[in-house]
Amino acid sequence: MFESLSEKLSGILDKLTGRGALSEEDVNAAMREVRRALLEADVALEVVRSFVDRTRTRAIGAAVIKSVKPGQMVVKIVHDSLVETLGRESQAIDLNAPAPVAIMLVGLQGAGKTTTAAKIAKRLAERDRRKVLMASLDVKRPAAQEQLAILGRQVGVDTLPIIPGQDPVEIARRAEAAARLQGYDVVLLDTAGRTHVDEPLMEEMAQIRDAAHPHEVLLVADALTGQDAVNLAKSFNERVGLTGIVLTRMDGDGRGGAALSMRAVTGKPIKLLGVGEKMDAVEDFHPSRLADRILGM
Amino acid sequence: FTKRKLDAESLDDLEDILIQADLGLAAATRIREAIGRGRYEKGIDPEAVKAVLADEVERALAPVARPLTIDPTKRPFVVLVVGVNGSGKTTTIGKLAAKLRGEGKTIVLAAGDTFRAAAIEQARVWARRTGSDLVERDQGADAAGLAFDALTRARELHADVVLMDTAGRLQNRAELMSELEKIIRVMKKVDPEAPHATLLVLDATVGQNALSQVEIFGRIAGVTGLVMTKLDGTARGGILVAIADKFALPVHFIGVGEGVDDLEPFAARDFAEAIAGIERADKAQ
Ligand SMILES: Nc1nc2c(ncn2[C@@H]2O[C@H](COP(=O)(O)OP(=O)(O)OP(=O)(O)O)[C@@H](O)[C@H]2O)c(=O)[nH]1
Ligand SMILES: Nc1nc2c(ncn2[C@@H]2O[C@H](COP(=O)(O)OP(=O)(O)OP(=O)(O)O)[C@@H](O)[C@H]2O)c(=O)[nH]1
Ligand SMILES: [K+]
Ligand SMILES: [Mg+2]
Ligand SMILES: [Mg+2]
Repeated sequence: MFESLSEKLSGILDKLTGRGALSEEDVNAAMREVRRALLEADVALEVVRSFVDRTRTRAIGAAVIKSVKPGQMVVKIVHDSLVETLGRESQAIDLNAPAPVAIMLVGLQGAGKTTTAAKIAKRLAERDRRKVLMASLDVKRPAAQEQLAILGRQVGVDTLPIIPGQDPVEIARRAEAAARLQGYDVVLLDTAGRTHVDEPLMEEMAQIRDAAHPHEVLLVADALTGQDAVNLAKSFNERVGLTGIVLTRMDGDGRGGAALSMRAVTGKPIKLLGVGEKMDAVEDFHPSRLADRILGM
Repeated sequence: FTKRKLDAESLDDLEDILIQADLGLAAATRIREAIGRGRYEKGIDPEAVKAVLADEVERALAPVARPLTIDPTKRPFVVLVVGVNGSGKTTTIGKLAAKLRGEGKTIVLAAGDTFRAAAIEQARVWARRTGSDLVERDQGADAAGLAFDALTRARELHADVVLMDTAGRLQNRAELMSELEKIIRVMKKVDPEAPHATLLVLDATVGQNALSQVEIFGRIAGVTGLVMTKLDGTARGGILVAIADKFALPVHFIGVGEGVDDLEPFAARDFAEAIAGIERADKAQ
């Protein structure tokens, strides 16, 4: 469906030969295509703008080397800038705190929080040999707590027993106490989905954070998200102070531009990728691969 | 008011609004050009600009704003609900069940997501809430077999409507998409005309990928209409304009919350005004 950016830029720039440096005019023409490619990949408009401005400045005057085609050169400059914005290296979940280390997952409805909680729990238990407890603080979605309990049994990780009638803050406190008394290393808190304009639920989320003192607060977001990515990432970050982002549904055929938007507006690292519904379908984040994908390469 | 001409710069601003509402470049450019062709040389005030924008978006959406009609001569009328993971299928079925129950219809709710943890329990809660009959099998059971059970049961009960839930699946997963084909094949064994409607549930927060969802679910499952959920957030769901341009599929409902009553008919004007940033009088505080 998408003509790759490299092809387009070759078409525009490769007729230039024998000139010493990329002119402003050439770069402007190329940047119109870059803008188009990023918007087609769902990068948010405000992020596209600042990205394109930065990259333009970088590209103007760049020396054209004989051995490299100008189109390829600009693609490389764009790619490098993307990787830089996305954060160069992958960052793991940080467990460097006194046990029990609380990890809280937040996000919009249906983003993949509950599934991701179980995937992370499985990873920490099996790969990192941690004793993990999971707790569902979702008293709203039908059968949400049962969902986490079933997933816990599937991956062999304990879940906090369900006590009907407790509110999310009470459950968070109970989880912390249970984890402390029973010697768990990590306690994973799955929360109900919420839209960032739902003030009572955003307030509830802040209260959960205050009660649970999470060491990691991860925004779980759909890799297929469109322009709304900036609003949602900003709002969640402002209200709870995110420590990282998990992108789900990277197994889809989307270009994943939301990752760039969320990283750019929050400055928070993308820590993990969800790549399927199965419990081992989780991967570390590789900025360079995502940059390729955003550019349709 | 400072009236101004709709010059290139203000048209750029309009295009930005459209892009930020997820219309995508092609649809945004098309609408920008349509507005540019209008005669606004004499000047136009800023509020009127928004109205012009809303008019143009409405023009694209009005033809697809069509209600879901349940043909009473088809009994049970079978509605198959499909879509990617987490888009809101099960919840939409719950809301739809409530709406139809309110019209006095009897419902069989088929808990067709036999894959996801606690999906059956979730469907059970919605069946109880809405006074629908639930047909279920164990987790891991064949969804096509469950479809057969549900249609057979609905006949026995003389139910008016079957609402069939399905597991979420990404459209690029061929093996999961062929499972949908199998569900439809099995339904046709009971009733060659079933499913009578196939609804694709789209999440408003999703961007350009919704086009690929409509294309592939449309091709494989024969989607007859769309529902867009999660419009109570800040996403505008403008991709529906691009979808209307390309596929002209009816849009039946919008989801505006998690509650049983949070399903509204799709209204092109309201939707267009939200995209243009015009506050609705009944919504603004
Ligand atoms: N294909 C795919 N599906 C996923 C992934 N992560 C989660 N899902 C699916 O997405 C759907 C929603 O996942 P949940 O974990 O229930 O999402 P949630 O954020 O907890 O939802 P709420 O609690 O309702 O807000 C389920 O069908 C999951 O199986 C992923 O990485 N890829
Ligand atoms: N805010 C809001 N939330 C919604 C809406 N529709 C559904 N949801 C929520 O979105 C989440 C996912 O909804 P489900 O109905 O489970 O989605 P699904 O498509 O059946 O998910 P899978 O079966 O896992 O693929 C739940 O938390 C719902 O309460 C809506 O219109 N607005
Ligand atoms: K809206
Ligand atoms: Mg959940
Ligand atoms: Mg479901």
